[in-house]
Amino acid sequence: MAKITYIDASGESRTVEAEVGATVMETAIRHDVPGIEAECGGACSCATCHVYVDAAWTETVGGPEPMEEDMLDFAYDVRPTSRLSCQIKVTPALDGLVVTTPDRQA
Amino acid sequence: MTETIKTDVVIVGAGPVGLFAVFELGLLDIRAHVVDILDRPGGQCAELYPEKPIYDIPGLPVVTGQELTDNLLEQIKPFGAQYHFSEIIAGLEKTEDDRFLLTTDAGTRFDAKVVVIAAGGGSFQPKKPPIDGVEAFEEKSVHYAVRKMDVFRGKRVLIVGGGDSALDWTLNLAPVAQRVTLMHRRDAFRAAPDSVNKMRKLVEEGVVDLALGQVTELIGEDGVLKAVKAKLVDGQTHEIATDAMLPFFGLTMKLGPIADWGLNLEENLIPVDTEKFETTTPGIFAIGDINAYPGKLKLILSGFHEAALMAQAAARRINPDRKVVFQYTTSSTSLQKKLGVA
Ligand SMILES: Cc1cc2nc3c(=O)[nH]c(=O)nc-3n(C[C@H](O)[C@H](O)[C@H](O)COP(=O)(O)OP(=O)(O)OC[C@H]3O[C@@H](n4cnc5c(N)ncnc54)[C@H](O)[C@@H]3O)c2cc1C
Ligand code: FES
Repeated sequence: MAKITYIDASGESRTVEAEVGATVMETAIRHDVPGIEAECGGACSCATCHVYVDAAWTETVGGPEPMEEDMLDFAYDVRPTSRLSCQIKVTPALDGLVVTTPDRQA
Repeated sequence: MTETIKTDVVIVGAGPVGLFAVFELGLLDIRAHVVDILDRPGGQCAELYPEKPIYDIPGLPVVTGQELTDNLLEQIKPFGAQYHFSEIIAGLEKTEDDRFLLTTDAGTRFDAKVVVIAAGGGSFQPKKPPIDGVEAFEEKSVHYAVRKMDVFRGKRVLIVGGGDSALDWTLNLAPVAQRVTLMHRRDAFRAAPDSVNKMRKLVEEGVVDLALGQVTELIGEDGVLKAVKAKLVDGQTHEIATDAMLPFFGLTMKLGPIADWGLNLEENLIPVDTEKFETTTPGIFAIGDINAYPGKLKLILSGFHEAALMAQAAARRINPDRKVVFQYTTSSTSLQKKLGVA
């Protein structure tokens, strides 16, 4: 298990228990965390699971693969810390991870 | 006006389920016209995940979206369906003699005994850029497709995106427009390397401007664009004067005209029975992702099953005097003749 905190665009934060091996997107959907739509169900084909990784975590989480980087072109207000949450797998090292959801999904 | 095509059946949508319907109808001697707004077959499989593996097609341990599409096309070849791509079925009306009149945006008209709606998640349409108030500029200054290049002659054009459409139109409009600016959020492009090289050359020669960043605001009045505000990679917001903007953000599925066909939609889906997959209008069937019934799963597998049962019922409507005999493709010479293997 690992704790993940989702902060929405209005600043409200929700911390949930994530299963190791699930993705950050799946964890959000399973716990009804708002702000992540995940239209394509995690196939890296929709860019509606866009999140900003908290600055303290960017290094541990790492950057996007080329396919994800391509998909990020379709997201709204993409920043250097942007990731598609369906492409981040939860590991024990991510216990305490904080991500923020954007104003809106693409 | 073009001549109306008289046919037994029109299939709305050339996704995997619409394609397989050609097969099931074909075995019962029914030829189909298939219409899709995309310029090629395959629906979601070809448009959203051509390279990704599917693991739950019975008998195919792994197949990509494009491979499945290609296999289906091969499988349905004997049934000589006629395809109408890049056209959307805009209108569907019942006629007095219990047939259906379908019209496309390109003016094609069909007069059909049976309609099979295999429209999936709806028709693929360009995604709008997530900029507030963009709708107000659509048609006049913001265009999601280029119909006539001449519209942009002598104008300042801002093209947004990094895929093939963005790059192709940058190259095509550069000689026509007064000035073309290509904006993309990063200095890497998904488009074909050859187009990227050509674009870079034009930038080097000073013919095209390349701006790395994202549009945040549109400035103008009454739908006429004057400039855009964009956050560029230097972190600053810049104003870029332009007469037109062409955003290329890929495609998304929108229900589209189906909503107006009187089919008692429930949450954008068409309710059907599970014996014939017929809608509340007899003669109009709905199969695949677009339909709804208790226990529905949006799987390709389920759509294939629905196509088989639909075809039996459609055949009875099309040829009411003919008995439909149940046969296996393995052993029936008559089916094998239709498949061109006997
Ligand atoms: C990323 C991803 C992964 C998936 N993985 C799987 C999987 O592993 N296994 C599985 O079984 N399923 C999977 N699916 C779901 C599967 O792709 C769909 O169930 C399937 O595509 C549905 O087929 P369809 O023919 O009903 O509709 P679609 O594939 O959606 O095709 C419908 C077509 O109809 C056209 N259309 C709609 N309205 C009109 C109109 N008015 N005029 C003209 N054309 C129109 C559309 O443009 C479209 O091309 C996946 C989906 C996605 C997005
Ligand atoms: S869920 Fe679609 S890209 Fe992540």
